Amino acid sequence: MLGLQAKDFRLLLIVVAMTMLAPFILNPFPVNSAMAQFNAGYPDLMQRFVIFGIFAIGFNILFGLTGYLSFGHAAFLGVGSYAGVWMLKLLTMNVVPAILLSVIVAGLFSVIVGYVSLRRSGIYFSILTLAFAQMSFALAYSVLTPLTNGETGLQLSLDDPRVLGVTQVDGTIPAPHLFGASMRASYDLVLGGWQFTFNVGYYLSAVVLVLAFYLAIRIFRSPFGLMLRAVKSNQQRMSYTGLNLKPYMLAAFVISGMYAGLAGGLMVAMDPLAGAERMQWTASGEVVLMTILGGAGTLIGPVLGAGFIKYFENIFSKINDTVLHQWFGFMPDGLEDVVVFIVHPFIGKGWHLTLGLLFMLVVIFLPGGLVQGGQKIGGLFRRKAPADDSATRKQPAE
Amino acid sequence: MGILEVKNVGKRFGGLKALDNVNLNVMENTVHAIIGPNGAGKSTLLNCLIGKLIPDTGSVMFDGQSVLGRKPHEINQMGISRVFQTPEIFGDLTVFENVMIPIFAKRDGAFRMHAIESVRRETDIVEAAEAMLADVKMLEKRDAHAGSLSRGDKRRLEMAMCLCQQPKLLLLDEPTAGMARADTNNTIDLLKEIKASRPITMCIIEHDMHVVFSLAERITVLAQGTPLVEDTPENIKGHPKVKEAYLGEAAH
Repeated sequence: MLGLQAKDFRLLLIVVAMTMLAPFILNPFPVNSAMAQFNAGYPDLMQRFVIFGIFAIGFNILFGLTGYLSFGHAAFLGVGSYAGVWMLKLLTMNVVPAILLSVIVAGLFSVIVGYVSLRRSGIYFSILTLAFAQMSFALAYSVLTPLTNGETGLQLSLDDPRVLGVTQVDGTIPAPHLFGASMRASYDLVLGGWQFTFNVGYYLSAVVLVLAFYLAIRIFRSPFGLMLRAVKSNQQRMSYTGLNLKPYMLAAFVISGMYAGLAGGLMVAMDPLAGAERMQWTASGEVVLMTILGGAGTLIGPVLGAGFIKYFENIFSKINDTVLHQWFGFMPDGLEDVVVFIVHPFIGKGWHLTLGLLFMLVVIFLPGGLVQGGQKIGGLFRRKAPADDSATRKQPAE
Repeated sequence: MGILEVKNVGKRFGGLKALDNVNLNVMENTVHAIIGPNGAGKSTLLNCLIGKLIPDTGSVMFDGQSVLGRKPHEINQMGISRVFQTPEIFGDLTVFENVMIPIFAKRDGAFRMHAIESVRRETDIVEAAEAMLADVKMLEKRDAHAGSLSRGDKRRLEMAMCLCQQPKLLLLDEPTAGMARADTNNTIDLLKEIKASRPITMCIIEHDMHVVFSLAERITVLAQGTPLVEDTPENIKGHPKVKEAYLGEAAH
């Protein structure tokens, strides 16, 4: 269906269901319950889930297929963001031109970076991309202040010209919209103790994610995708097979750069500002973590990884000592304090510590990421069913 | 006129003369072996033929065109395929994908993007790959991971990957190095089959005299970067100069 094998089509359906039903899935606890702080179904966070999902899907096209580890992909996201904000400032608050320009500008920028970086492979390629990203960061932060507004970050203001739109609405900056539907518009559905929020911006991002995911499946299953996997497997054989590696690699690099630009454009569409810190190396590192955590080279892994990390960043970091004391309140006083003291470093500002430990566990025990974990669990159940060993076999390119 | 003509090729690495005035003429549809003791320059010569090294002097003509200065993938497009000393295959991919890739490469040239349509829909390529696998009797292993094959099967697969591009010249770099006698004999049989079933020129660089004398129609003996003699296997066997340079060395 849609030109996909049954297995891939199922995967697409899962992603469609996950994104479209996210407001329900992410809000499993009633608003007033003690567990409500684990609810992640508010628009701001849901938008971040899917936007970083798109970013990771694109990164995976380069890293998962070819094995080239780019350490500067945040630069493309940042460049895309700046381009998007300028479009909102100068042209119109409709997000379509902003997102399109983000993709185009990020694509052009990645042609330059890719052309230079792909002269080397392995660690040297990673270092070159890292150098480019840090250069972009430094430029955005200082030299290019007229374009990027330096450390303050580029924002909308009350006197933006906006050729095809209005400068102000009732003395305030208008909200980004999609042909009139404001990105900030939400509908709240209250069912008993539960509250579910459906946000226009989120659903725009979610539809874009589904399209981006569909395109990624097509690329993975195409002859082009096969060539990229061959590059990862054996470059020596590849160059004696009559293919010119450079244009193939550059194409993969640019496609993944454009995905990053798309993510940057969507970020701007949700919240119209762009800062240099978006291009910093920590941001580049984050997408690497997402992809590896979810499962590099798998189709759905990067989406899972992105959701996982963003959930930790936003939910785990909010747990504080007061919350802990509530949880462990049933214990005798002395023991309660000891337990809180032990757990304390792993929560709140220490969420990085928990994430780091989980990341280590995944890399050591599940080199194929969360997807491999899922396959192992699935395999445990399936082993009881007779003679279905093909399903339990490790399938790295799924 | 040979299909591959090497004229006055010389190559130095610093003070070392790796190749000195090498002349070689490989005739179309023959099996030509290049032998010589260690350090004779066999590998250097091979690397000059496939674009990995550029000789300092001389010319290398293939099918009437110079190969010098061309990239490895361009030389492959001209019709030269190469079999490596240790089988170079795509270990992470399936046997079937391994064979499809060279066929895609042949069809698409150096670069043409087909990023949207599915591999499975390319029926011409799928059929060609299936036919090739059937030809080397590996069809039942089509979905196996190439990396998990036995060494003999890896060699067989690599040959299939080269042959599916219908090369005019197949270069083999010590195809039986490090193999057990049984595997060596299998490889010899495979090469004989390949030779008998299609018009193809083979150029073998080899250490193992058994392989050379079972396959080659012409033999060039290389010693210290220069060809000593070029002749038929029968004449090479008894040649005094060869005994001195090659067999003599092998004796101690």
